[in-house]
Formats: sequence, C-alpha cells, structure tokens
Amino acid sequence: MTVSPKLDARFRDAAAAEGLLDVAYDMIDTPVGRLLVAVTDQGLCEIQYDADPAAEEERLARLFGVRVLRSPRPTDEARRQLDEYFAGKRHDFELPIDLRPTRDFAHAVLDQLARVPYGELTTYGALAAKAGRPRAARAVGTVMNRNPVPIVLPCHRVVGSTGALTGYGGGLDRKRQLLELEGAISPLR
Amino acid sequence: MQVVRVPPFERFYEEQREPVLGQLRRMLGRDAADDAFQETFLRALRAYPTLEHGRHLRAWALTIARNVALDVLRRTIRTSADVPDLALIDEPLQYEELKELTSALPQKERAAVFLRYGYDLSYEDIGAAIGSSPEAARQAASSGVRRLRRKEST
Repeated sequence: MTVSPKLDARFRDAAAAEGLLDVAYDMIDTPVGRLLVAVTDQGLCEIQYDADPAAEEERLARLFGVRVLRSPRPTDEARRQLDEYFAGKRHDFELPIDLRPTRDFAHAVLDQLARVPYGELTTYGALAAKAGRPRAARAVGTVMNRNPVPIVLPCHRVVGSTGALTGYGGGLDRKRQLLELEGAISPLR
Repeated sequence: MQVVRVPPFERFYEEQREPVLGQLRRMLGRDAADDAFQETFLRALRAYPTLEHGRHLRAWALTIARNVALDVLRRTIRTSADVPDLALIDEPLQYEELKELTSALPQKERAAVFLRYGYDLSYEDIGAAIGSSPEAARQAASSGVRRLRRKEST
C-alpha cells in the first residue's frame, strides 16, 4: 500500500501548518553540497554537512523534542536566503536562530561570531578576547567545531593567528570555497 | 524489561504510513481513506509527546486509524439512496455501493449492516461506532438483513 507523494506532502505540510512539530527539516542543495537544514518555532537550529538524516533526527529529538519531521515549508525562508548568499546577492542572514542547547561561554562566542562581517577574517584568539576570555583560543576552536548553524553563523571566517585556515567542520575545501565566494581570499591557482 | 525509546516522529511515520493507509482503505475505500490518512497522523502527532515508550507502535497507529475511520463512518452513515439486490452480493462492497444498499434501513440497522457486511468489523467495533453494546449491534445487523431480505422478496 504505497503512500502517494501527493498524500505524503499534504500530511507533511499540514503537520507544520498546525504547529505540531518540535523540529521541521529538509535537505537543501547548495554549491558546497547537500545540507540538512532544521528549524524550530524559535528559529534555525541546525545546518549539517554530509548529514545522515536518521542520526540527525535522533539528535534533534534529544535536543528539542520527539516530533521531528521532514517538512519543507518551514525551511523555505532559510533556503531562500542561502540561495541568495551562494548567488552572491546576500551578505547578511536575517534568520532567527535557536541556540537553546548552547550554553554560557559557547553562546557568548557564537554571539561574537555573528558579528564578524562578510568577507572578513578573524582569529580564534580575537574571538576569545571579544567573548571575555582572551586566553581561550583553543576553547573557541571547539565551539567553532560544534557550531550548530555553519555558514549562517560564519565560523568559516575564523582562522589561525598565522592566517592558516586551520580546520572546518565541513572540511577545509568548503571553508576555502566559502571564503573565495566572499572574496576574503583569492582562489588557488 | 528493556526500555524502548520513542523514536523521532519521522521514523514512526515512515514505518507506519503504509499499514495505516492499508487499513483505512479496507475500512473506507480509496477516496475517503486519503482524508482519514492525514487526520490519523495529525492525531498521532498530537498524542506523540505523551508516549512513555516505543513499544507496540504499530498497534497504536492502527488503533488511531480505526478510530478515525469509525468517526468517518458514523458521519456518512446518515445519507440515503436506492437499494440494489442483496442476493448478488457475496464479498465486501465498495464504499459507495454500500451506502446505497443500506440507505432504506432504519439508521441503527443500517449502520450495523454497513459495518458488519461491508467492512467486516467486529460487533465490538460496530457497537463503539453506533453507541450501543456489541450484542445490540449484532441484533441490529441481523434484523437489518432480515428487513432487506423481506424487501427483496416483495
């Protein structure tokens, strides 16, 4: 008894429209690959590279509640802004972000990260200082690595004190690709 | 006993949507089943946070589906049309045919015949649908059948 795509889509829309979901997510294709994008009623709560949907559903359920459903419509605004960003037409994201699971220092660091402008670079140490703990560069690295919403919170703009790209949750190639898009570094020959 | 965690709703939905649609189609026919499908999973979503463990989810989903279908049947049982030949009928009927066949019966008998011979529901379910005991449902079904037979022979 196969459920038709139309019937399936109708239910997924209705579930979101009735406000019954803890988390709605969808897969979004971009120049840096397929992203899993998830939102709650408070805002964007996750962007994940190379996601295994079943594993992410479990994680999102633990963080936000068991009513996790793939439902495209609530992610439309994020999709639109990401499309504009990758087309070079958007420099700043205007999306509410749900950082409820992120606490204390990590939260303070992400708040500072959100202020790093498009096309500019900063360092782990500088970000640590802005978050009030100048010696915590290494801890800032950990926070970047666990950034729940990369691209929108621009951890790709954070580099080592020597200017080396250092690391990136989605892989260094993607970090380079994002910084080239923003004109922050010149393309490799 | 080992605790089985409630899975994310997406897992539950993917695993239960086909059996649920199957049950709804058997009870309601194709078109009415589509609306009931959405209602079933919306009800499941509303109740989902109250689940204490993840066991017996198939039975839970099918129970919700059955309740939704019974609600639909309760609502539609009150319409009317002409009566075709009962003697020609030896297998479960499609929804529209059944509505017509039973339309001339008194309401309670109509409901009982409709649900028993059309959808093969137990008298317990029929009782639940028409608001009476299983025994009263059985009597309503049999007197409904007698009435249809008398009608045919006249």
